Amino acid sequence: MNAKDRVAAARAQDRPTAGKYIKGIFDEFTELHGDRCFGDDPAIVGGIARLGQSYVTVIAQEKGTTTRERAIRNFGSAHPEGYRKALRLMKQAEKFGRPVVTFVDTSGAFCGIGAEERGQGQAIASNLMEMMVLKVPVLAIFIGEGGSGGALGIAVADQVWMLENAFYSVISPEGCASILWKDPARAPEAAECLKLTAGDLMDLSVAERIIPESEGGFQKTFDFLKEEIGAFIAEKQQMPVDELLRERYHKFRKIQ
Amino acid sequence: MIKGLFKKPKNDLEPSVSGRIEKPAEVNIPHELCTVCPGCKKSVFSSDLQENDYVCPNCGKHLRLNARQRIHMIADPESFQELWADMAGSDPLGFPEYEEKLRAAELASREMESVVTGTARIGKKPTALFVMEPAFMMGSMGTVTGEKIARLFEYAAEKELPVVGFTASGGARMQEGMLSLMQMAKTSGAVKRFSDRGGFYLAVLTDPTTGGVTASFAMEADVIAAEPDALICFAGPRVIEQTIRQKLPPGLGRAESLLKNGFIDKIVPRSEQKKFIARMLRAHRRIRKEA
Repeated sequence: MNAKDRVAAARAQDRPTAGKYIKGIFDEFTELHGDRCFGDDPAIVGGIARLGQSYVTVIAQEKGTTTRERAIRNFGSAHPEGYRKALRLMKQAEKFGRPVVTFVDTSGAFCGIGAEERGQGQAIASNLMEMMVLKVPVLAIFIGEGGSGGALGIAVADQVWMLENAFYSVISPEGCASILWKDPARAPEAAECLKLTAGDLMDLSVAERIIPESEGGFQKTFDFLKEEIGAFIAEKQQMPVDELLRERYHKFRKIQ
Repeated sequence: MIKGLFKKPKNDLEPSVSGRIEKPAEVNIPHELCTVCPGCKKSVFSSDLQENDYVCPNCGKHLRLNARQRIHMIADPESFQELWADMAGSDPLGFPEYEEKLRAAELASREMESVVTGTARIGKKPTALFVMEPAFMMGSMGTVTGEKIARLFEYAAEKELPVVGFTASGGARMQEGMLSLMQMAKTSGAVKRFSDRGGFYLAVLTDPTTGGVTASFAMEADVIAAEPDALICFAGPRVIEQTIRQKLPPGLGRAESLLKNGFIDKIVPRSEQKKFIARMLRAHRRIRKEA
């Protein structure tokens, strides 16, 4: 598949959203709400879940599945309070030694008046700094769209895994085409140039793993992820914290 | 005329005919002598502007400055020592027309990348210093930009220097794709590690500071100052208008509204910046912490 087709697959209306992954992979998910400063952002879901014998903190961008739910969840485009809720739950996870698993699926952080007034840039910046030194294992799984800074805001992780048809891009192909060539119709060409597919990002050392997608409801994918997340956590929890953090910094530091 | 009173613009974004801003009258003076202020649209003698640190004597508008002009204005005379001066932008993805754009940016700015890094003394206090260059692809952050900034914070941590940084950026540079986005995480990690070792970081946000730079090292300083009226935002006003199809409140994304909303510490006009930075450097004695 070429880049344009993968972008379309990642955005497909019938593609499973984060809620399906949480249900399919974890047990006893308990959602926790609110950033303790301003409000609760339904575009980002967070909480505690059980994976085998241990508990993890799960943070996910949720686009919603019905028209009504999509509107409530703002199509997975978070406001600053969403990023602040995510950070609150990550700090909570650190305090209690729970690993963090995030599911990324957003066209980007929301561009709006309230988002600017409440410091969208500051909220994301703060997450980037704090996630880099979070003293528990962090895994980011890209399940659909990875829209720029809005995706990165919950994706500074020890490893980035990408579903086969997920993408991760500095700008949407449409945005890129209209800025560079004043022609949004050239988005397919921009999608190729931006090197945004899972395979491209493996080559660029941005992603560590590609997760195969199974036909018919993704059940096989969820089963596979359950195993692999468990193995990832077991391995990373063996590591001394300073080594874990050194490796995390190095993963990003080496990209030049 | 009465008919005109009832003519409604189609939406809030479309200006009514009477509300349209008139183009400033063409003034036939050689442009080396005169500059038209982008704020008040009046002609100003270039020599007056230069003497006034490129602040319009009529309206106080802070014009954009090149990195070297800023360094000259802020650093003690002869004190600036550049670091990593020969690092030039490259084209890691083989993006169409990018090589040409890089060469054009080099010519336009006479810099190799969108940031100048080094050490200097400001009011006799030694400091690490970075200044972004708006004339180089609008200060957009490529991999080399991120690399120089990360290196500067690592260098400052090792040498126990504070960091003073002037931001001016259109955000991540799309021609370098995800490698450019990753610079946000990389620089944030470098700032955090510097900060956790007790380092003091002062940022001065200048027009425009947007996108991936706002969402990383611009907003991560211990003290954040801004120039008057500077555009400081995550998404620019035009992007927001296109997204929500509403007219924006006046001043959204300007330094004054960020001050009001609690996201910056102080607005410091250009004429007072050197004094302000020197005072902040004196006030922050380093407390050494374990890495």
